[in-house]
Amino acid sequence: MFTEETFKDVHQGKKKWDKEVEKAKSQKAERKERFSTVSDLEIKGIYTPEDIKDLDFATDIGYPGIFPFTRGCQPTMYRGREWTFRMFSGMGSAEDTNKRWHHLLKEGETGLSTAFDFPTLMGYDTDSPRARGECGKCGVAIDTLRDFEILTHGIPLDSVTTSMTINPPASILWAMYLVVAEKSGISWDKIGGTTQNDMLKEFIAQKTLMLPPEPSIRLISDTIEFGAEHVPMWNTVSISGYHIREAGSTAIQELAFTLADGIAYVQDVIERKKLDVDSFAPRLSFFFNSHLDFFEEIAKFRAARRIWAKIMRYRFKAKNPRSWWMRFHTQTAGCSLTAQQPYNNIIRTTTEALAAVLGGTQSLHTNALDETLALPSEFAATVALRTQQILADEIGVTNTIDPLAGSYFVESLTSEIEEKAWEYIDKIDNMGGMLTAIDKGFPQMEIADAAYHYQQQIDSGEKVMVGVNKNVIEEEATPDILKIDEKVEEGQIARLKEIKAARDNRRVTQILNDLRAASKTDKNLMPYVVEAVREYATEQEICDVWRDVFGEYRDPGFY
Amino acid sequence: MSLQRKTRILVAKPGLDGHDRGARVIARAYRDAGFEVIYTGLHQTPEQIVAAALQEDVDLIGLSCLSGAHIYLFGQVIELLKENKADDVMVIGGGIIPEEDIPKLKELGIKEIFLPGTSLEAIVGWVRANMSPRS
Repeated sequence: MFTEETFKDVHQGKKKWDKEVEKAKSQKAERKERFSTVSDLEIKGIYTPEDIKDLDFATDIGYPGIFPFTRGCQPTMYRGREWTFRMFSGMGSAEDTNKRWHHLLKEGETGLSTAFDFPTLMGYDTDSPRARGECGKCGVAIDTLRDFEILTHGIPLDSVTTSMTINPPASILWAMYLVVAEKSGISWDKIGGTTQNDMLKEFIAQKTLMLPPEPSIRLISDTIEFGAEHVPMWNTVSISGYHIREAGSTAIQELAFTLADGIAYVQDVIERKKLDVDSFAPRLSFFFNSHLDFFEEIAKFRAARRIWAKIMRYRFKAKNPRSWWMRFHTQTAGCSLTAQQPYNNIIRTTTEALAAVLGGTQSLHTNALDETLALPSEFAATVALRTQQILADEIGVTNTIDPLAGSYFVESLTSEIEEKAWEYIDKIDNMGGMLTAIDKGFPQMEIADAAYHYQQQIDSGEKVMVGVNKNVIEEEATPDILKIDEKVEEGQIARLKEIKAARDNRRVTQILNDLRAASKTDKNLMPYVVEAVREYATEQEICDVWRDVFGEYRDPGFY
Repeated sequence: MSLQRKTRILVAKPGLDGHDRGARVIARAYRDAGFEVIYTGLHQTPEQIVAAALQEDVDLIGLSCLSGAHIYLFGQVIELLKENKADDVMVIGGGIIPEEDIPKLKELGIKEIFLPGTSLEAIVGWVRANMSPRS
């Protein structure tokens, strides 16, 4: 990209600058011995054309919407369509959550995103002894289709897309969505949304666990196959790095493990279902964290697109350019927020959101300032939404696409992150793929090491957390936090009792038996799940069939 | 030669909460500080935690909960220790716990609650200051 002449100038200039730096340092040492990103990647004082001398404009940078998509998936990006303002939310009962959803839609969010409570996430009904004390505390409680009908009441499913953060029971919640749409007279080819449905990262990081790896992957491939055929606008998986990062990984680990998970899913669908890669790959989607280090995150997003495009085109030989796209949702980093001086979190969320925008995300959730203390209050969630709206409409960053392209620093960092991610991907390939790596505990221990290292850096003051290890205020007022009424659990248990009494129990028993039989074969289980859900079988009843057939997975407790 | 054995700590994750970053970092910190650590792994019922505590003959149980179910779950652990006549085992906790819940938890018998932002030094320091190794 540069001429010999340019490099001559660069080298000469560097010599001069080095001298000036020495002079300045002899007067006063630099503030730190080593400057590094949040992930501890060392960063130099200056970047020049020398740092990107091997880059080629066409093959490495190029244009948005054109391979390798470094600058964005779509040709017009935000000039054509803003990213979706998709606020993750859920609390208490379906009624409570429906109310918050209507509020957020009224305030301008453009996509829905569902947070479920722990019993729902883990495949337990509210009346299970395992669920005691947990109902509605972390998200919405969903036991049967009835709850889901209430949750989506008044929501036009043919004009708004919904994401659901759900993993072991993903097929069940998806089935509920499909049945609700059907009952509303909306055909499945008109609905859009995303199910997270990414078990590999559960074993690695998020830890909503139920079945062992092999049947977990089978269920995922069933949903991918079903979606490809019946629900063409649905992203059946959201291959996630967010949680890997939240568990303490570095940016490079987040990227590499996510991509390696993606490789494993694509491979499984091809092998298990004998599908052509182009028949399902365009509906794979991704989900990344946007953490504190502004430039590291932007570079990570750009590297992500470039790597996945190459994997899909060269490794999996996909022919359709849509199969090469990496479309992703982003959430600002929960783990970067502090319980101390929580209003500071608005600033952190803002810069993290801006990094996601400059990184070309398709969809974005911004955390509320009070999320280290409780589920977001309406006030805090609204501020978080306004953050996105201000970034979209006021500050001018959406006027042009990928504005940081060509920056010596950002391009150098993008390439460095790409290179280091490939090293991890190769390492995992050599182990035999992600399933084997998980079995060996490899990603889990990498994360544990990174998390411990970072905590030590915080404790030593090497890494700063304003309000926590610097700029501390001893006595401070806390904002009013959201509290979940203990009565929600009572109400939910009562509702469950009613449903079980009112439904056709013979039919439910029948369909669960059919599901059990089918689960022992390699039939696609989605039709059975849809049928069960339609008859108001509970989430746990369905999950218990699978627990019985496939066994339960126990967290090995690596630390 | 000292006949004192190392302080034995059970780090436990009660309930369905899968957020284990904190518990795992603390388990490592305790281990590096020279204590004997047993980490239960995730999704333990209070019954399983108390059974492990008794089996491993621990001095201290550290409970980690970020799901909001702490009052019920921590209370259950204390109850079961009492039932098993093992209430000499100290119990501490941490996670996402509203400050206003701390008095209630201490009333139940939890000795200390550690909130987000607490340093490992403080967490390890508490054990050194409050637990004497048994002989």
